[in-house]
Amino acid sequence: MSTGTEWPLWEVFIRSQHGLAHKHVGSLHAPDAAMAIRNARDVYTRRNEGVSIWVARSADLHASSPDERDALFDPAGDKVYRHPTFFPMPDEVKHL
Amino acid sequence: MYAQMVDTGQSRLAGLAELSPEERAFQSRIDADVKIEPRDDMPEAYRRTLIRQIQQHAHSEVVGMLPEGNWITRAPSLQRKATLMAKVQDEAGHGLYLYCAAETLGVSRDRMIEDLHAGKVRYSSIFNYPTLTWADIGTIGWLVDGAAIMNQIPLCRCSFGPYARAMIRVCKEESFHQRQGFDILMTLCRGTAAQKAMAQDALDRWWWPSLMMFGPPDAESVHSAQSARWKIKLLSNDELRQRFVDQTVPQADYLGLTMPDPELRWNDARGHYDFGEIDWQEFHEVLKGHGPCNHDRMATRIKAWEDGAWVREAALAHAAKRAARQREAA
Ligand SMILES: [Fe+2]
Ligand SMILES: [Fe+2]
Repeated sequence: MSTGTEWPLWEVFIRSQHGLAHKHVGSLHAPDAAMAIRNARDVYTRRNEGVSIWVARSADLHASSPDERDALFDPAGDKVYRHPTFFPMPDEVKHL
Repeated sequence: MYAQMVDTGQSRLAGLAELSPEERAFQSRIDADVKIEPRDDMPEAYRRTLIRQIQQHAHSEVVGMLPEGNWITRAPSLQRKATLMAKVQDEAGHGLYLYCAAETLGVSRDRMIEDLHAGKVRYSSIFNYPTLTWADIGTIGWLVDGAAIMNQIPLCRCSFGPYARAMIRVCKEESFHQRQGFDILMTLCRGTAAQKAMAQDALDRWWWPSLMMFGPPDAESVHSAQSARWKIKLLSNDELRQRFVDQTVPQADYLGLTMPDPELRWNDARGHYDFGEIDWQEFHEVLKGHGPCNHDRMATRIKAWEDGAWVREAALAHAAKRAARQREAA
């Protein structure tokens, strides 16, 4: 019944009109990049959701592993001085 | 619903004390409303149940295009035709979002389609009923998409990230489906006596199957209890069905149509509509493949898949040739 050869999977990123960055919206199957972009147009931008499409082969994406979540992201947890709220400002001082 | 009676592989709901340390850690993440992502650790039963549920949901979107697709060439105006095409195209998109969500759990697209065609995985009972008149297209949008919305809104909060995100996209598109259906019925009900009778006839045929979409009462179901604990089912079948009845009856009143249920009446004490007994025998027969259109729907799906095989192969061969030519040129 099946051909035994599936079209490869692509991840789709769309930039909306509001000058934001491309954002991951989902994935789809397509034989090549050109068809992936055409299919992405049909699947993910039927209501003016975007003005630009990126596609990348899912196989080419590298992701951090959930197992290293703590090792990667814990170090940022205790550095409250990286946030402006760490420095109390007197009420009389304006624009700071 | 679009995924009816999803089997969780459990024969009873395990007590919390019986869970392994890993299962308990997983459950506490769910309880804390942490979203589960594809590469996170998860119990095998959770993964398998989700694959089944999302897959049934995806197949329902895809098979659901067939009863409506029958009317695209017969829509009464160009506007109605454009609207119906847009609606059916959305349903194809819903199927695709959901297949992709299921694929993140490690099942291939081809495998899911083979399982559907082999009758190993279900799709919603509702799509095994025929669309006899144009009023059926209005009624499907109003009732079937209405019931789907009722089920899908809570799923936007479900525990599996890709499924929740797919549901958010789907829900954004779904409300136009319900409105275009109601709009068709408003036009018919304001039309000639024959048009109004056509609307009433469609409601008479679709009302009970629409209530069956939510599935049998799940008070005693092990699978429902397990799915609720995993937060991949957020409200019970009966709760959703009652909400649907409460919201839909006043809309039928507005249209001047009569629900085909002599026991339907407002219950002041409960603050809900009471309604008659659902014929669960019919529901189970349809699920077993004995509905009016089961055979037709599957035959159409399989033919489309087989007729399209050469296109899938040719596109792949073309892509390979082009890539080879580019490598040579480089
Ligand atoms: Fe849908
Ligand atoms: Fe829909």
